[in-house]
Amino acid sequence: MNELILRTVTAVVTFIIILFGIQLFFAGHYYPGGGFIAGLVTAGAIILLLLAFDIKTVRSMIPISYRTLIGIGLLFALGTGLGGLVFDVPFLTHAHGHVMLPLLGDVSLHTAVLFDLGVYFVVVGVTMTIIETIGEEE
Amino acid sequence: MLNLAIVSPLIFALFIPFLYKYVRSIHTGWFVLPLPVLLFVYFIQHLPLEPYGQTIPWIPSLGMDFQVYMDGLGLLFSLLITGIGSLVVLYSIYYLPKEKEKLGHFYVYLLLFMGAMLGVVLSDNAMALYLFWELTSFSSFLLIGYWNERERSRYGAQKSMLITVLGGLSLLGGFLLLSVMSGGSYSIRDWIDMADAWPQHPLFLPAMLLILLGAFTKSAQFPFYIWLPDAMEAPTPVSAYLHSATMVKAGIYLVARFTPIFAVSSLWVWLVMGIGMATLCWASFHAARQTDLKGLLAYSTVSQLGLIMSLLGAGALAFHGDPSDRRLYMAAVVAAVFHLINHATFKGSLFMTAGIVDHETGTRDIRRLGGLLSFMPITFTIAVIGSLSMAGVPPFNGFLSKEMFFAAMVQVANAHWFSLDVWGILFPVLAWVGSVFTFLYSLLFVGKTFLGAPKPSEWPKQPHEAPVGMLVAPVVLAVLVIGFGLFPNVLSNAVIAPAADAIVNGVFRQEGLSVHISHWHGWTIEVWMTIGVIVLGVLLYRTFDSWKRVYGAFSQRLSLNHLYDTVVRQMEERSHSLTSRYMTGYVRTYFLYILSAMLALLIVTIVLKVDGEFSLSHLADVGVHELMLVLAALVGTVTTLVAKSRLVAIIALGSVGYTVSLFFVLFRAPDLALTQLVIETISVALFLLCFYHLPKLSRHEKGVRFRLGNALISLGVGALVSVIALLAYSEKNFASIAQYHIENAYEKAAGKNIVNVILVDFRGFDTLFEICVLAIAALGIYALVKLKAPKGENGKYE
Repeated sequence: MNELILRTVTAVVTFIIILFGIQLFFAGHYYPGGGFIAGLVTAGAIILLLLAFDIKTVRSMIPISYRTLIGIGLLFALGTGLGGLVFDVPFLTHAHGHVMLPLLGDVSLHTAVLFDLGVYFVVVGVTMTIIETIGEEE
Repeated sequence: MLNLAIVSPLIFALFIPFLYKYVRSIHTGWFVLPLPVLLFVYFIQHLPLEPYGQTIPWIPSLGMDFQVYMDGLGLLFSLLITGIGSLVVLYSIYYLPKEKEKLGHFYVYLLLFMGAMLGVVLSDNAMALYLFWELTSFSSFLLIGYWNERERSRYGAQKSMLITVLGGLSLLGGFLLLSVMSGGSYSIRDWIDMADAWPQHPLFLPAMLLILLGAFTKSAQFPFYIWLPDAMEAPTPVSAYLHSATMVKAGIYLVARFTPIFAVSSLWVWLVMGIGMATLCWASFHAARQTDLKGLLAYSTVSQLGLIMSLLGAGALAFHGDPSDRRLYMAAVVAAVFHLINHATFKGSLFMTAGIVDHETGTRDIRRLGGLLSFMPITFTIAVIGSLSMAGVPPFNGFLSKEMFFAAMVQVANAHWFSLDVWGILFPVLAWVGSVFTFLYSLLFVGKTFLGAPKPSEWPKQPHEAPVGMLVAPVVLAVLVIGFGLFPNVLSNAVIAPAADAIVNGVFRQEGLSVHISHWHGWTIEVWMTIGVIVLGVLLYRTFDSWKRVYGAFSQRLSLNHLYDTVVRQMEERSHSLTSRYMTGYVRTYFLYILSAMLALLIVTIVLKVDGEFSLSHLADVGVHELMLVLAALVGTVTTLVAKSRLVAIIALGSVGYTVSLFFVLFRAPDLALTQLVIETISVALFLLCFYHLPKLSRHEKGVRFRLGNALISLGVGALVSVIALLAYSEKNFASIAQYHIENAYEKAAGKNIVNVILVDFRGFDTLFEICVLAIAALGIYALVKLKAPKGENGKYE
């Protein structure tokens, strides 16, 4: 099969998908989206790369150990939960507030984002670990 | 502060691997040593003691708090744990060479144990106590299996784990029963306060038996002692620390702690005293036949634990009879506490000398040892002091507590409750017989190792005296043996009295009693018993070679070890043959089990529990869109079923998934639709990736019965899920939580997307666990695929 078209399209589309994933991640608290979906979309983008190129090439493009990523994600989620304990509130209590930032203006910040970031990392890590492991076996 | 002291070893354990990894030039033990020393200093500052408690809320909704209570008993054990702990760490620095051993592991386990043990003896919350209790079993398992390349180590570790965890679970059961009886409290002090009303309670007896089972397994009482001799595979510092001075005394601690609750029961007195006495006799008799130095000490530990146990049983008699009787039996409690301290000192020093002998000659086999006196005089001196104290010879501390033990047992024979007036006479007799054998094995320990003719040809190494650092710890203990022997009253009112007071729940102090230990009471019966022990013991020692054939009469096939091995082997074989019957290794078989079980359970539940009518009246009309989607899904499903190739089937299955996501769009669930879309895409990709590995399509699916069975189950599941969905909609047994989420999503969590707020905030715990499950699944797949054994190397796991 002539992979030229697929590869050319992939090179452009991947970034759009990943950006879409990030957009979904930050939209999460107000609109459809969130860490889980965003993670899946990002993983989908990487899988598209895998389909168009081979595993070695993709690995040199994205030199991340997905298994480590799982651990980092779990630490984020757990750390957010434990963070509450420092302020003497029950495990996994979230805090939120509005902050004025230069250039961006009034921004709503929420610790749930950190938790969601953990979910995001875990989902990307898990999906890619599974796909890579099984894919490499061939 | 007290809570912090308990967890400080656990926290410190976190840093050990880094210290070990980055500071290789210094023995890791030097970093560990200050901690137990500091803790010891901290605990000793509690003298003179005013009991106090502290509570840190932990899981208040479950009644589990990190609630600690410091009283005489807890303090005594804390001093033992940290004091012996310091000496053991010091000893281990010289015992375990830093070049060869995995010190990082060793000290992590040891600190884990130290923290857990402190937790056991200072926790007032039963659940916290249970957690620490299991942690001691766990760290003991790791320490016994420390040299995990040895088969015997693994065997011993597994054995101790199985037996002590069995006891641990029964302990948990006992605690739960007590909590039920107390109406939901988990505080041991609350229980003791409420205990007066309990003896008539139907749960009283089961709770008592369960707790005793926990105590007896941990403290290696007959017939559960068999794990302790095998635990001697651990490095000697560990044997000295866990398996003689501290961990095995956790059972003693438990019996002492629960004495105020259960002592009123005659069964408690009989069981604790009887089992203790049986253990004392049985183990001291068998200690003399051991050929392994540490094996001998292990049996002797078992028998000494039996001695303390029987004293506690006699002490429980203090809860019966009139006040003048009370004082007599309170003496048994004092003797138990005193012997507990003495045993830790002399047995600790003996284990350390056994370790030195092993270290310097390369063997612990009594038959190969002998005549070491001229090579290691200091070690010999320590061994003599420890052995004579263990044998109960004056002026060492073991003599004093042994006499108190005899006196207490003679008192038991005078008791006139619980048929003791008939059978009580057994106790002083058995105590005396056990002590004769105790004397015998103490002499054997010294005689066979240090006296007699040297046999240099049998020794793997040329022996010489141990390095000074290795001698410090046993010398300190030997000095304590003599010191406590000459001046026992240093301990009496400072340490022993508060501990005894805690065991009898304050009666001690109310009666205005104080402890005074004296060396000489005149020509009492105890003195004659001691003289008899010495005379007969020496006689038996001199004639040992001519009568030791007696031990051959015990058949190996009837031994408890044989029973244990048979049970474990049978369990493995039977469960393997049972499992292999239904575990076929095919996912489709498991699906069959899961789905048919689900069908059966749900149908039964629906038939039994659902009584409301099944109405479809309030459902919305089915529109054209929905019909079209249903049609599309049906076409996809049928295509999957009849497809001739995997590829077509995969793509058809994907189309079903996409149709479902269109349903979500239709019913305004954008989050679900998005997730479903992406999941579908990824799983199709996954299927395409692994479709080389799937078996050929036609192989398994020919038989009509196979297909019919599958069709029935899948139709059944489909129908059932539809029914449940409709039922859930037609019955409103309780208010939906949806409204709460709608109202509070923005108010409390500042989010407008309710689904996401639920995921990350309201039910964040669920999400946390779900991602953990995902992580475990991914790592599992990775391990299954990547880490399989090379073919032929290990046939079982190919």
